[in-house]
Amino acid sequence: MDLILSSIDILARWDVLLALLAGSVGGVLIGAIPGVGPAVAIAILLPATFSMDPIVGLTVLLGIYGSSMYGGSIPAILINTPGTAVNALTTYDGYPMTTRGEARRALSLAYSASFFGGIFSVICLILFAPILAKIAPMFGSREIFLAALLGLILVVVAHRGQTLIAAALACFGIFLNTVGLEPVKYSKRFTFDQSWLSGGVNLIVVVLGLFALSQAFYLLQGEDEKTRLTKLRGGMFQGLRELIRHPRVAGVSGTFGVLMGMIPGVGEFTAQFLSYTYAQKSSKRPQDFGHGSSEGLIAAETSNNAVPAAAMVPLLALGIPGEALTAMMLSVFYVHNVVPGPQLFQNDMDFVVALYLALLILNVLVLVFLLFATNQLIKVVNIPNRFLGACILVLSFVGVYSLRNSFTDCLIAACFGIFGFVLKRLSIPAVPIILGMVLGGIMEVKLRAGMARVKTPFDFIDRPIAMILFLMIVGVLIIHFLRVWQDHKELKEAKWSTKHASTNFGMHMSRRKDYLLRERGRKVREKHLKYNPRSTDKR
Amino acid sequence: MPPAFFCIQRPGNMSSLEEKRFKGPLRGQLLFAIVFLVAALLLLSQLGDQTKWVKRTKFFAQPRFWPAVSIIGMVLFGGLHLWKLPRRKFDRADFVEWRVWLFTIEWVLWFLIYVILVPIIGYLPVTMVFMPILMWRMGYRSKKMLWISVFFGVAVVILFKALLDVKIPGGATYEYLPGALRSFFILNF
Repeated sequence: MDLILSSIDILARWDVLLALLAGSVGGVLIGAIPGVGPAVAIAILLPATFSMDPIVGLTVLLGIYGSSMYGGSIPAILINTPGTAVNALTTYDGYPMTTRGEARRALSLAYSASFFGGIFSVICLILFAPILAKIAPMFGSREIFLAALLGLILVVVAHRGQTLIAAALACFGIFLNTVGLEPVKYSKRFTFDQSWLSGGVNLIVVVLGLFALSQAFYLLQGEDEKTRLTKLRGGMFQGLRELIRHPRVAGVSGTFGVLMGMIPGVGEFTAQFLSYTYAQKSSKRPQDFGHGSSEGLIAAETSNNAVPAAAMVPLLALGIPGEALTAMMLSVFYVHNVVPGPQLFQNDMDFVVALYLALLILNVLVLVFLLFATNQLIKVVNIPNRFLGACILVLSFVGVYSLRNSFTDCLIAACFGIFGFVLKRLSIPAVPIILGMVLGGIMEVKLRAGMARVKTPFDFIDRPIAMILFLMIVGVLIIHFLRVWQDHKELKEAKWSTKHASTNFGMHMSRRKDYLLRERGRKVREKHLKYNPRSTDKR
Repeated sequence: MPPAFFCIQRPGNMSSLEEKRFKGPLRGQLLFAIVFLVAALLLLSQLGDQTKWVKRTKFFAQPRFWPAVSIIGMVLFGGLHLWKLPRRKFDRADFVEWRVWLFTIEWVLWFLIYVILVPIIGYLPVTMVFMPILMWRMGYRSKKMLWISVFFGVAVVILFKALLDVKIPGGATYEYLPGALRSFFILNF
């Protein structure tokens, strides 16, 4: 109780409350505009938060992170375009409801489900906080290194069908982090004797280039989309009543959100996938999924909103961000000399609980705001894309230039902007670069520290948590390779099935030949030849 | 238009299963993969020159260790990505895609000109003029849209410079303003 009271004391300041309000309303607006995600907004606002108190700055960013998904469901439901990437699954069941004339029901259901997800995860984490505080100190350098490695591998593996390029980009991120002066031996690495490279490549410059500027270029070169909004009819509170009728789907989806959010590198998409699959499999009407099923909408929205609070766990307890947004938030901690990690959980538990309480208040604020302001809010969906592009371009300038007032930074950001634009055009993820940069730095420091006390390679994993993490890494890799093998087999089968009879015959012959040439085939031949051996047969 | 022999078109709908299952568009992938691999190979060739191997230091604490791991990873995974691409020939759609990439340079130039002008003329005047000009360039001709862009520019400057106190230097032209107005402009706009 004392802990919660001291946390409320941290939050009871006018600037924190203002930050909460600005973060929640701003986040909803940003989420509701397709084309501007929370990543763009957080990247732009990041340097502005450096001059604020850590709790104020983090509250703004956390507000945007936590509330953007609420806003993102609006265009997903009304115009079939997800406002943020994680609302893609909302379009499956939300938009068919709109076409049936049930837009208001879909929206209120999405808000209620999101609200439940948000509150559920925060309550779970406040209850778990004392246990986490006990586990966190068991993480030494080796464990943090292994957790960071696991996070990086999970991020790469999560991009199914693009794992190779995601791995290459994660390595590129690690490389970017190594550029500059090496902190222990003070030797230059890949500076090419250029003074502007000796300080290294700034994470925020890269983030602004890859997320904000690239998005500006993407919108500027595109076309304005014409959208037609349907009128909203019906009450906004019916969603809450409907949610209560599906406590099992909401509970399980929230649990998936919390669990997946806590594992670095996994995040919203996996949580949504698991919840949606579970909801469909356990539903009495599985055929409705994808055609406006309320359970599908609940599963998608509850699970994605349960993630932000849970994603703060690896960030705060271990200092390991699990995704691009928390990676950006990590830089706010570093700027204020607050080092997230086991010590934070031990010494500043009230700060951690204050952040969770802020998320709790935020969810209430957002729900109230949405229940009363949706009619006005849906107009932001109509903002022309290219106008947005110009706005992001001007706002990106604030982000990059205010860091060090350096033209070189802007030039580097512009280069990363083009790189990010190309990645966007090719549908290649940029997130592995950012996580490679952040986790690469953590891995370098922790491996150096961890190896100092290690004599044999086995010593590295002889502690229980290190061993668990190591086994998890091996397990993830095995599952991934099995999946790749399965895909390969499926592709081969699909190829064969498209062939006609004459080529199939040839394939049968070739398989028969392969079989006979193998060891088993040799034995069969030997058996058959036993009674009339050929004099020329080689053994 | 590129020479005809360079464009190898696939007849009809003869896209292979790998191409159909490929995640994302195929256009432009090949050039990206080649450039990425070549860049990684160039970095690898510079590894010995640009990093040091320090004596009496453990292998994992060597300054060269992480650059080597990352660049070898880039070469390995970049190479495998290139090898596994379903289409390894340039297509007409690729050339169109390269043109789209090239044309983004225009927006980069707009951005850089804006960056250069802000410390000279001042954040507020440049933003107030830059936004409507950019709008005009994009084909918005309505007065309403141009005014909205001007107001947006002013709002951004007031929010970030005056309220959030973000570090953006005052323009050199502000020096010519009379006494109190000068310091007010430098501080707030």
